[in-house]
Amino acid sequence: MRYIPHTEADVQRMLERIGVRSLDELFVGVPKKHRLERALDLPAAESEQLLTAHLQALSEQNASTQTHDWFLGAGTHAHFIPSAIETLVSRSEFTTAYTPYQPEISQGTLQAIFEWQTMICCLTGLEVTNASMYDGASATAEAALMAMRCTRRNRVVLASGVHPHYADVVRTYLSGLSAEIVTTLRAEDGRVSGLADLVDDQTACVILQQPNFWGCIEDLKSAIEVAHAHGALVVVTVAEALSLALLTAPGEIGADIVCGEAQSFGVPMSLGGPHVGFMATRQKLLRQLPGRLVGETTDTEGRRGFVLTLSTREQHIRRERATSNICTNQGLCLLMATIYLCLMGRVGLRKLAELNLAKSEYARSRVRETPGLSLAFEAPSFNEFVVRLDGDAAESLARAREQGIVAGLDLAPYAPDLGNAILVCTTELASRESIDRLVEALAGGAA
Amino acid sequence: MAEIQIPDELRYSSDDEWVRVEAGRVIVGITDYAQQQLGDIVFVELPGAGASFKKGEAFGVVESVKAVSDLCAPIGGKVIEVNDALTDRPEAVNEACYADGWMVAFSPSDPEEIDSLLDSEAYRKHVEARSD
Amino acid sequence: MSDRRTKVGNTANGFAYEEPLIFEHSTDGRDGFSLPELDVPPVDPTELLPEGAVREDLRDLPEVSEVDVVRHFTRLSTWNAAVDLGIYPLGSCTMKYNPKLNEKVASLPGFAAAHPLAPDELMQGFLQLCHGLEQQLAEVSGMDRVTLQPAAGAQGELAGIMMIRAYHEHRGEKRSQVLVPDSAHGTNPASAALNGYSVTSIPTGEDGLLHPEAVEAAMTEEVASLMITNPSTLGLFEEHIARICEIVHAKGGLVYGDGANLNALLGITRPGDLGIDVMHFNLHKTFSTPHGGGGPGAGPVGVKNILAPYLPTPVIRKLGGDEGEGYVLDYELPRSIGRLHGNNGNAGMLIRAYTYIRSLGPEGLKRCAEMAVLNANYLLARLREHYHVPFDRPVLHECVLSDKFLHETGVTTLDVAKRLIDYGYHPPTVYFPLVVAGAIMIEPTESESVESLDRFAEALIAIAEEAHEDPELVRTAPHHTRRTRLDETRAARHPVLRWQPERSA
Repeated sequence: MRYIPHTEADVQRMLERIGVRSLDELFVGVPKKHRLERALDLPAAESEQLLTAHLQALSEQNASTQTHDWFLGAGTHAHFIPSAIETLVSRSEFTTAYTPYQPEISQGTLQAIFEWQTMICCLTGLEVTNASMYDGASATAEAALMAMRCTRRNRVVLASGVHPHYADVVRTYLSGLSAEIVTTLRAEDGRVSGLADLVDDQTACVILQQPNFWGCIEDLKSAIEVAHAHGALVVVTVAEALSLALLTAPGEIGADIVCGEAQSFGVPMSLGGPHVGFMATRQKLLRQLPGRLVGETTDTEGRRGFVLTLSTREQHIRRERATSNICTNQGLCLLMATIYLCLMGRVGLRKLAELNLAKSEYARSRVRETPGLSLAFEAPSFNEFVVRLDGDAAESLARAREQGIVAGLDLAPYAPDLGNAILVCTTELASRESIDRLVEALAGGAA
Repeated sequence: MAEIQIPDELRYSSDDEWVRVEAGRVIVGITDYAQQQLGDIVFVELPGAGASFKKGEAFGVVESVKAVSDLCAPIGGKVIEVNDALTDRPEAVNEACYADGWMVAFSPSDPEEIDSLLDSEAYRKHVEARSD
Repeated sequence: MSDRRTKVGNTANGFAYEEPLIFEHSTDGRDGFSLPELDVPPVDPTELLPEGAVREDLRDLPEVSEVDVVRHFTRLSTWNAAVDLGIYPLGSCTMKYNPKLNEKVASLPGFAAAHPLAPDELMQGFLQLCHGLEQQLAEVSGMDRVTLQPAAGAQGELAGIMMIRAYHEHRGEKRSQVLVPDSAHGTNPASAALNGYSVTSIPTGEDGLLHPEAVEAAMTEEVASLMITNPSTLGLFEEHIARICEIVHAKGGLVYGDGANLNALLGITRPGDLGIDVMHFNLHKTFSTPHGGGGPGAGPVGVKNILAPYLPTPVIRKLGGDEGEGYVLDYELPRSIGRLHGNNGNAGMLIRAYTYIRSLGPEGLKRCAEMAVLNANYLLARLREHYHVPFDRPVLHECVLSDKFLHETGVTTLDVAKRLIDYGYHPPTVYFPLVVAGAIMIEPTESESVESLDRFAEALIAIAEEAHEDPELVRTAPHHTRRTRLDETRAARHPVLRWQPERSA
């Protein structure tokens, strides 16, 4: 087996050196009654050639941006990935490196994380951020836990526009602690409503998503005022990170924790993972921030270098009193996002965001002028919006699929009150023609 | 490890805190043995003035680069003063644990608890027993 | 005579580049992006969006060319140690070789460019793969059902303890404690605490093993679960495990198995057969997915049927009978603990692990365990005269040494680790497990040839000699790296966690 180098001669030599006669003797610590008497019931080893063909065949049974025009977002976004990213991250020194616990021989990883931390702080408008969480959903859950620790309160107010999967994960994470979770209503225009009725002096945090799950841009300022008036922290979670290039940084408006999903920054959609969550906060809340942190320092020669720091927050030291149990992060995906942000840069990222906005505005205007279709919400949006259909949503989506279009997310399981409604996402990948075809395909049922 | 300083005029708890008895109050910090064991102190988390603790209860946390340790109240009492200078200079605990590195001042709830603290000789034995 | 330094650029050291931060490369007006022409009407965000909603500038993002970016990160990569460069003997991390076939298939567009919320009919290849992986992991571990959703071992632990909690709650029992051996990894007590449990530590015996008497003494009807790592973090098979599981079960508790060390057991024994009720797998350890500088990993969880009702949703179900063919994502699990991941877990790592298991087959997997154990014992045999061995018994896939023999020299485990770097090796795990003072935990994995092990052992032996002959050399190591020991105290006392531009007020 090409991954295991030992020849029979090697094995014999080693057994002699150890002073045993057989491999079996090495397993003397495993009681005989526990030893498996049979081989594992698994398919026999497959050659690289045939296995490649098998995986190829499996992959071809999945729809992708290669096989369909793609208008489905909802937390995972189809953006163009510059080719330099793959070249760089496939370097073994990045992929096959471990967590940078020995800083002298991990400066590559550490410096890249320091650069990520800098750019996420810039985008979120906050002072400190960690070396990634698993994904936007778990980052949001950890933000809720952090707010509960900081305020010593256990009521969490979830805005109606938080991604349903994020809300589910928040509930799961909080289920073992005596926490109370309430959800706001949704206003006619798609934004949060009735927040002031739910926030009280026992509220640890308010969690809003920006833009929200329906694509609407929330009025963060008023929500923040309401929350802070009661001493509650504000968590803003961002599922479409590209929006941070266009919208005022939530940290500047007053958010205390800004978290979310950075998959839009050069990380493949990859069936939902691995992606890369982020979490940023104010300097004064630093000690309650979970996850790894990279800090700048000097070596014995006075040269600048980077190390993992403030590790006493983490599980390997604080154990049951840690800020979180998180150990492994999303390291390589963080690197992809960091490289992406460097390539796009100050100018390119903003231009890309405006390009997304333009595509989306065109799609929205086409929807407005097409009989049988309408926009569900009046609030301004970025690159995602809800389309209401006169026809049956599921049928329209199926019809679109036949035309090679994945037209969006059927909202029936998430918001049955909306009737026939689809969440549509238009990124820079959507050409004008493909948007026209999308609109025709969706409207077809009402013709 | 450098020679461990254990001033005679102080009292000690088995959790490696020292106590200086003054009129109507006691000053508390961690011992030279404790700071040597912990290594470079990077952060000290102390309670606010007015907080009350029972003997043995954790009143704060001291962190070094690689370790965390609870600070346990050597006697019960109410916090009347906190050494805020440690926020910016936690290294004072390493440099002068019995002087600038002091942590909190308590107003004792039961002065008799002071009598059950170790004297310097008993504490030295306690340190030696663990240093094998 | 000149000191041979270069005349300019005196931060350069031949091809060992000093590499500034990307922000320090930034030049106004330089760019590294490419965008397609607008084919729709342009928009002005300030007209479409409310006042105050639009950001002015992304000031701190760099402006660099693609050439700058590629050089920057290529150079940074040369600062890292990596498995592809040499042995990476971290204990309980299983730094085995990361097969390149796995990378290739995971990047096929039908996987990499596919979306998690597409309808089930459009994801059949992925669902079939996942179903296959669940079955493989169940067979390897002796568990009945598997969830692939947790994104890492720690998240798997969280899920596992949550399922245990749900199980007890469903039976109307209010249990408040979890038992954890003192040799356990920190994620174990942290995961228990996240579930609202208080953690009781059980001492391991003089022989390094967990003893039934110790468990019996701690086991009550207040205890929801015992968490156990087998083999333990000392590389020893917990030979009393079956009895321990019985003790826990007798009082109505469940046993959680931390699967970090599963590599030693592949094809040899199965945790499920020993009495474990729920366990997590670390795909980035046992199943070869790459560590990526700290992640991503994946932490699937296997359960016995009694915990199946509590599995996270969605669950992958194979259609049967008149339902037709294929696979669906099933959300109908009324007692599920709910969702842990925004999507279906780290799918890309699942694809890699599936491919790895198919590449090895049953014999290959068993060979992993046998050669991993052979390698660890071989190193132990070569090193035992030079380093103290706290538990003198045959080990499984990893061995633990200590710096006890070096005490009189003043050289510590940390110094040995740093000096190993001068020899071109990533050090083993140090100061863990906590039950051994000055622990050096070495897991070679089956990927290392005997020559590789010999060279590594010789380096460690040489360092032990250096400790006696020239302790100062070892205590101030490393000497041959681009950075020497870094001031971690300063980094913690005065945290600088981002670059700041110099700006006039």
